[in-house]
Amino acid sequence: MDLTYTAEEEEFRAHLTEWLARTLPGLPPRPDPLDWPGRRVYDTGWQRRLYDAGYAGLHWPVDAGGRGATPTQHLIFLEETEKAGAPYVGANFVGLLHAGPTIASEGTPEQRARWLPPVLKGEAVWCQGFSEPGAGSDLASLRTRAWRDGDDYVVSGSKVWTSHAEVADWCELLVRTRPVSEAVPKHRGITWLAMPMDAPGVTVRPLRTLAGSTEFAEVFLDEVRVPVSHRVGAENDGWRVTMVTLSHERGAAFVGEVVACRRVLGDLAREARANGRWGDAVLRRRLGRLSAEFTALWRLTQWNVSEAQRSGGVPGAGGSVFKLRYSHARQELYDAAAEVLGAGALDLGHEWTMDRLSSLSYTIAAGTSQIQRNIVAERILGLPKGR
Amino acid sequence: MDFHLTDDQEALRKGTRAILAGRFSPREAMDAPGRLDRDLWRALGDAGFFALALDEAAGGVGLGLPEAVLAFEEAGRALLPGPAVATFLAAGRVPGAAEGTAVVTAVDGVLVPWLAEADTVRGDAAEAVPLRSVDPLTPLHRVPGAGRRASAEAVLLTAAEQLGSAGRTCEMAVKYAREREQFGRPIGAFQAVKHLCAQMLVRTETARAAVYAAALTRDETETAGAKLLADDAATRNAGDCLQVHGGMGFTWEAEVHLHLKRAWVRAELGRTAAEAEETLAEAL
Repeated sequence: MDLTYTAEEEEFRAHLTEWLARTLPGLPPRPDPLDWPGRRVYDTGWQRRLYDAGYAGLHWPVDAGGRGATPTQHLIFLEETEKAGAPYVGANFVGLLHAGPTIASEGTPEQRARWLPPVLKGEAVWCQGFSEPGAGSDLASLRTRAWRDGDDYVVSGSKVWTSHAEVADWCELLVRTRPVSEAVPKHRGITWLAMPMDAPGVTVRPLRTLAGSTEFAEVFLDEVRVPVSHRVGAENDGWRVTMVTLSHERGAAFVGEVVACRRVLGDLAREARANGRWGDAVLRRRLGRLSAEFTALWRLTQWNVSEAQRSGGVPGAGGSVFKLRYSHARQELYDAAAEVLGAGALDLGHEWTMDRLSSLSYTIAAGTSQIQRNIVAERILGLPKGR
Repeated sequence: MDFHLTDDQEALRKGTRAILAGRFSPREAMDAPGRLDRDLWRALGDAGFFALALDEAAGGVGLGLPEAVLAFEEAGRALLPGPAVATFLAAGRVPGAAEGTAVVTAVDGVLVPWLAEADTVRGDAAEAVPLRSVDPLTPLHRVPGAGRRASAEAVLLTAAEQLGSAGRTCEMAVKYAREREQFGRPIGAFQAVKHLCAQMLVRTETARAAVYAAALTRDETETAGAKLLADDAATRNAGDCLQVHGGMGFTWEAEVHLHLKRAWVRAELGRTAAEAEETLAEAL
C-alpha cells in the first residue's frame, strides 16, 4: 500500500502543470453552451493543443498513436487538467474514450491508420449510436437493421441519446445483421460499423433534456449505405467489440469530476458560512459527511487505478462499484447545494441549479444503477443470474 | 503509486485470518459471555498481534499502521472479543500488553469496554457504572461527564474492525442468498435480494479505500471520514445481512446479530458519527 508517487510520476506531473500554466491563458474564450459548432471548434482546438504537446491519447497504446502512459500517469493528467481549469474532453469524448479505444483494440491496421490519427489531432469528432427508443438497459435488443448489398451495408432504424450528433463526423453504430431466433441469441447478431454522419439518409433531431439543453439527439437512419470496409470486428461479433468500449467508459471517465466535486463542496461550505446557514448543524453535518464521501471516492479511484496498473491497463469491475457510489453522491452533493442556497436554488441562473438538474442523469446514463447492481452482484459476488 | 496490498501485507492478512480462525469462534465465546479468554489473548500476543507496530528493538514486529489496520480488519471480521485496540496501543507502554499477558482497556468517550476483565485501565474509570450491554460479547461500563477522547490511531483501528465486519456480513449474505431457495430458486437470483448484496459490497469497498488511505496519510480529517464510512458500512451491512437471512436472521443462533450489535458498540467508540461529521465540516 503506497499512495506516494514515483519520481517519474512526479516529473510527469511537474511538466504537465508547467505546460498547463503556460497554455491555458492563451485559449480562446469559451463558447456559448448552446453554440454547438462553436463548441466543436473549441473542443477540437484544445485537443490539437494536447496533440502538439504530446498529451493526446495518453492512455492509448503506442502502436495506436498514443503515449502508452500508465494508468497512474493518466490519473495525474485528469487530476491536474481539472485542477488547472482546463477544458473538458467535450466533443472528443466518444472518439477518445469509446470509439478510439475500440478501433485501437479491434480494428485492422488500415482502419487504425485511417481513423485514429484524426481523433488524436482533433480533426474528427465521433458520436455514439448505441441506444434506441426500444433498447436502453437491454441494449442487445436493438433493432436498427443492416443488410448486405454488394460492398455496402444498408442501414435503417433509429438511435437516441446520441451526444454531439449535430457536429460529429463519424458515428460508432451498432446494428443488427442477423435476426434473433431460437438458434441466435440477441447479442450474437450485432455488428459494429463506422458510419459517416454526412451519408445520405442520416437525419439528426435534437433531443431536449429536462435541463433545457440539447446535448443529445435522435438519429434517424433511412437506408444509409455504409461500406463493408467500415465494419470493425467480424460480422455479428459487435457485442463483444462493444463491451471493450464500455469498460473503458467506466474506467476513467469520472476522475476529473471527483476532483471538481471536492472543489464544489469547499465552495458550498464557503457559501453557507457567508449566508448564515452554517449555523444549522443538520446542514453542517450533511456537508461533513459529503466530504468523507468524496475523499473516499478519490481514494477508490486511486485503488481502481492501482488495480488497472497491475492488470496491464484493463479496467476492472471496480468501475461499477465506483459508478454506483459516485452517481448517487453527486446527486446528494447538489441536493445539499440546494439546501445551502435555499430559494436561490430555484434560480436557473445559478450554476449549481443547472448542475443539480444534470446530476439526475448520472444514475441513468452509461448503465443505470439497477443494471450496475446486477453487474456487481453477478460478476463480482457470483450471485445467480435471474430477474 | 500502488495502493494495493504488497505480497507481505497479503501474507499478514492471511496469517492473521488463519490464527483467528484456529483459535476462536464466536459461538464458543457465547458459552462464557463476559469472560475474556486469556489463552486466546496470549496466543495473539505470541503471534505478534499486539506488538505488530512496536519497534523491533523493543521486541516488536516493527511494522506500521497500514499493517495494523489489516490485522484489525481481520479481528473485526472474526468478531474477536476483548479490548484489542487499547491493548495494542498500550504495547511498549504497559508491561505485558505486547505479549498478551496483560489485558489493557481504555476509557473511550463515555464508555469503557471490558473493565472488569482488564488488568490496566487507561483513563479515569473510578466512577464507572456497568451497562447491560447490547452486545453479549462486549461488557460495557459508562463513565459520567464528557469522558476521554480516543486517539486518532484508536479511531482508525476501530474503523478497521468495522471494515472487517462489513466485509464479513457481505460474504455471509451472499453465501446465504446462494443457498437458500424460495419459489424454486436461490433467493440471490431475485434482484431485490441481489441489489441489497451489491450495495453491501459498494459500502465495503468504499470504506476500504477510506480506511486504508487514512492509514497511509495519518491525516486526522481523513481518519474521521474513514471512521464515519466504516461505521456506516458495518451497521448497514449487518442490517442488510439480517434482512437477507429473513427469519433466520432474527434468531439468537445466527451470527448476524453479533455483527450488528458489535457494529453499534464500535460506532459509539473512537468518534461518533456526529463528532466525525463536525470534524469533517470544520475542515471544509
